Amino acid sequence: MIRFLLHRVAMTVPLILLVALFIFSLLNLAGGDPAAVIAGEGASAEKIEALRTALGLNEPFLVRFGAWLLGLVQGDLGTSLFTRKPVTELIGQRLEPTFSLALLTLVFSVLIAVPLGVIAAWKAGSWVDHLTTGVSVVGFSVPVFVTSYAAIYLFALTLGWLPVQGYTPLAKGFWPFLSHLILPAAMLSISYVGLVARITRSAMVEVLGQDYIRTAAAKGVSEPDILLRHGLKNAGVPIVTAIGLGFAFLVGGVVVTETVFGIPGLGRLTVDAIARRDYPVIQGVILVISGLYVLINLVVDLSYALLDPRIRQ
Amino acid sequence: MPSLIRASASDGAAAPARWAGAIARHPGLAIGTLVLVVVLAAALFAPFLGTVDPNRLNPMLRLKPPSASAWFGTDRLGRDIYSRVLFGARVSLIVGVSVAVLVTALGLTVGLLAGFLKRADSVLMRLMDALMSIPAVLLAIALMSLTKASVGNVIFVVALGELPAMARLVRSVVLSLRERPYVDAAITSGTRLPLLLVRHILPNTVSILLVQGTFVFASAMILEAVLSFVGAGTPPDVPSWGAMIADARGTFQIAPYTVLFPALALSLTVLSVNMVGNGLQAVIDRQARR
Repeated sequence: MIRFLLHRVAMTVPLILLVALFIFSLLNLAGGDPAAVIAGEGASAEKIEALRTALGLNEPFLVRFGAWLLGLVQGDLGTSLFTRKPVTELIGQRLEPTFSLALLTLVFSVLIAVPLGVIAAWKAGSWVDHLTTGVSVVGFSVPVFVTSYAAIYLFALTLGWLPVQGYTPLAKGFWPFLSHLILPAAMLSISYVGLVARITRSAMVEVLGQDYIRTAAAKGVSEPDILLRHGLKNAGVPIVTAIGLGFAFLVGGVVVTETVFGIPGLGRLTVDAIARRDYPVIQGVILVISGLYVLINLVVDLSYALLDPRIRQ
Repeated sequence: MPSLIRASASDGAAAPARWAGAIARHPGLAIGTLVLVVVLAAALFAPFLGTVDPNRLNPMLRLKPPSASAWFGTDRLGRDIYSRVLFGARVSLIVGVSVAVLVTALGLTVGLLAGFLKRADSVLMRLMDALMSIPAVLLAIALMSLTKASVGNVIFVVALGELPAMARLVRSVVLSLRERPYVDAAITSGTRLPLLLVRHILPNTVSILLVQGTFVFASAMILEAVLSFVGAGTPPDVPSWGAMIADARGTFQIAPYTVLFPALALSLTVLSVNMVGNGLQAVIDRQARR
């Protein structure tokens, strides 16, 4: 058990290094000259060249990567070219909205998707099953910005139930905070629900076909007990995996959703930084989010040991 | 695709009856294919379907609701939405198909190498793990904003995000095929690796690649729209559904049709591709059970 944990944790270090190398080299290869961006339009070639030297941009690729990595280990992601603030500080300011949105989306999705998947598997072939398949196909197919506009039109503009856009921090009261997040989180969870419900269904169908389920039924165990204690518990691994892998999916949705709903989170920060060619911020945000993804999947892997005793040995 | 449907149909029935049976069994596949054919026709024959120049500005006719002269209305610059939706289908389909083909070819190569060469396996798969850890949307937006806006670049960055999942899938299929007795037999009888791959492994991956390729097609169209939506997609003179929706951000409260038509076109097209994918999956599952 301990060995499994240690091995899995040790594996993440080279993975994060590789991710960092990927991000750094891809963004470097993609071109663009930070010095020209800082110098502004109409700057002379000499001035840009002087800036390049001052910023260390004339150093070889590996030296620059090493310097970035060294800062990274010390918790320093560089300084924004635009605001001149440390990237870590900029990211820190944007964490609350993004985390709140992601967490609420996760809660919505799991609360809807897991019961839907379980019922679909239990009543395979019924209308609930067809509905689940339908919902997941449509959820995958309709982009989040399309559903978002429809939701804004209906719930905010026509019915006036919820605010059109914006964000209120939790410190300013729970309802103002929640009311701004309900629509974006609900729209964002549509595709997530499709993913998780589909995996839950297929995992449950497989488990419910096992001999021990028939034995339990023959012993007279009640249906809810069979579904939840014997069924869902054993279908846990693929479901948790889908939730973890879906995080990457969620991040993409967050970027778009924050743009549509005007939420000042990490997604907005990235889109704004990209518009300004603010390289250190772009690199920093992508790295932090990728690192989070790696960590979430580490937690997912470790949770297998909790869900499945066979893995502990 | 027709051969798959035919193969799953019952024995000896007349061709029309067989087709009718196949459609009844897989209505999603039939409807999806039909919608896709319509979209494809609209894209191909856009200039002949009563359209005008999709980029023609007409300041006199800004934000006109749908009418006999402008079927889907006009946008905030007076451009004809119907024409833009039809021409927008081109870039969506081109990106979708190109990414699907590119990702299938690359994923197949990486997956085959990883599945058969132990030494390449760990290196390739760690690279794929790392690539998979970087959220595709973020990476694509960042890369597009730093490079020139062109359809080719969009295809490349979208494919980069879709590749790792495909490579993993091919590898897992190859690993399970390797355990089959006929592969053992082929190796024992001295079949060389290239021939083994082409004759015994490749044909057995086709159905899975077809299904996964369809899903990549659908997801690439969404990613293209997302890129255009955040302003990091195709050049402004190429009409794109995502860019149209982004463009209508400021006008959709007073003129909902500016968002409605491109949004419907995008959603229905992606939905039809996903329905085709699901249908193919069902056909293959059915065959596998026999």
